[in-house]
Amino acid sequence: MTDEAMGHDSDHYVLHVNGDEREVVDSWLGESLLDVLRDRLGLLGAKGACEQGECGSCSVMVDEILVCSCLVMAASAVGQAIVTIEGIAAPGSPSDVQAAFVDAGAVQCGFCTPGLIMATHDLLERVPAPTETQIREELAGNVCRCTGYGRIIDAVQQVAVSRRGGVS
Amino acid sequence: MAVHLPDTVSAAVDRLAAEPSATVLAGGTDLMVEVNDGHRRPDASVVVVNRIPELRSWRHDPQTATVTIGAAVSYREMLDGPLATMVPALAQAARTVGSPQIRNAGTLGGNLGTCSPAGDGLPVLSALDAVVELASSAGRRSVSVGDFMVGVKRTALEPGELIVSVALPVVDGWQGYAKVGVRNAMVIAIASACVVIDRSHQRVAVALGSVGPTILRCPDAEDHLAGAIDWSTFDIAPRDLDRFAELVSAASRPITDHRSSADYRRHAVGVLAKRLARRASSSEAAA
Repeated sequence: MTDEAMGHDSDHYVLHVNGDEREVVDSWLGESLLDVLRDRLGLLGAKGACEQGECGSCSVMVDEILVCSCLVMAASAVGQAIVTIEGIAAPGSPSDVQAAFVDAGAVQCGFCTPGLIMATHDLLERVPAPTETQIREELAGNVCRCTGYGRIIDAVQQVAVSRRGGVS
Repeated sequence: MAVHLPDTVSAAVDRLAAEPSATVLAGGTDLMVEVNDGHRRPDASVVVVNRIPELRSWRHDPQTATVTIGAAVSYREMLDGPLATMVPALAQAARTVGSPQIRNAGTLGGNLGTCSPAGDGLPVLSALDAVVELASSAGRRSVSVGDFMVGVKRTALEPGELIVSVALPVVDGWQGYAKVGVRNAMVIAIASACVVIDRSHQRVAVALGSVGPTILRCPDAEDHLAGAIDWSTFDIAPRDLDRFAELVSAASRPITDHRSSADYRRHAVGVLAKRLARRASSSEAAA
C-alpha cells in the first residue's frame, strides 16, 4: 500500500461497508464517516447527535474496532472494513443483542439503540461474562436519556447468560 | 483537498515537506470535532498517519529499560498487557480518557500534538521525563517532553515535522495517575496528577494537569516527599503528606473557567497528589 496507491484527491472513492463496495461521489473529502454513511450511502442506522464523540449514537466498527463514525474522516477509511448496525443482522431477524434489548425493554425512543447495540456486540466479543461494573464502564460512551440504563444492563446480562447456554 | 494514506514515516514527512500547511490526522478525536463544528476546514492535504507501522507499534529495550511508544498507538492499547505492566500510570491515565470508542481512536501522539493542559497522557509523560522523537524530511530529533509542551495547545513542533514516538523509562517503584471531573467517563480533567516513586534513585516525580497553561512539575513537592519517605518501610508521616499537598497546590497555576474555579483546582490537585502519595506508601510497604 503506497501513498500514491491509497491516497486520493478526487471526490470519488470506495468504502467497504457491511461487506459491499460502496462508491462515494460528490462528497467533500473532509466529511465524517457518519455524514457519508447517512447522506451519501443512505444508511440511516448510525445516528448523529453530538458530532464530537460524546454520545456514541453513531458507533460503528472499523477494522473490528468500535469507533464513533462522527470522528472518522470517511476518506481515511478507504480499504478498511466498516460494519454499521445495518450489517449486524438482516431485517426481520434480529441479532441476540437486538432481541434482548426488545425483550428487556431497553429500547424507548430508540435513538441511542443502534450505537448501544454496536457497543454491546463489541463488549460481549471481548468480555463474554461482564460484571455490572464492567458493563457500565464499557457502555459509558453511549448516552441514553430515556431508560436510566437499568434495562440496558439487564439486556446485556441476558445475552451474556444465554450465550453461555443459560447458565448465569 | 487531498487525503494521503502513507505507510512509512518517510512518505509522510515528504508529503509534509511538500505541503507544510497539510493537516496531520491520527485518531480524529480532536481534529474531527473541530471539522464537524466548522471551526476548521482542511482545504489542503490531510496526511493520515495511523496506518504507518512504525507509529502503530511500541517496543521495549530491556538493556536501557526504555519503552518506546509509537505516536499512533491508541489508549486502548495502553490499558492492559505489557505496556500497562511497564508504565502503569499511563494505563491508569488511559482508562480515564473518554469512553471505549474514544480510547479506541485517540492516540498518544495526538495527545501531544494537541497539547491541551487537560491531556490525560501528558502528566504521565512529564513525570517520567519522556523524550519525544520528531521526524521531518531533514531527519530526526529528540526533545524532552518538558521542552515539547510550550503552552496551551502550543508545542515545539516545527512546520513539516511529525511526532514519531515517545520514549519512557521503565521505573522501579510505584506510579499512579488520578483525575477529578464531573463524572468518571467522558470527562475532561478539572485537575489531574501523576506521582512516580523511583525506588532505585530514591526520587519522586509529580506532574499536574489542568492547573496551568501546560503540564506542571513541582520540584519543591517532589523534594519534600523524597526526603520524607522512609525508603525502607515507605512510611510517610501524616504531617509530611499534608505538607506535600500544600506544596503541590502552591505549584499549581490554575484559572477559573467554565469547568471549574481556580480555588477548587488548587485545592483538588493537592488532594489528588496526597491521595496518590498515600497509595504509593501503602502499596510499596505491601510489596
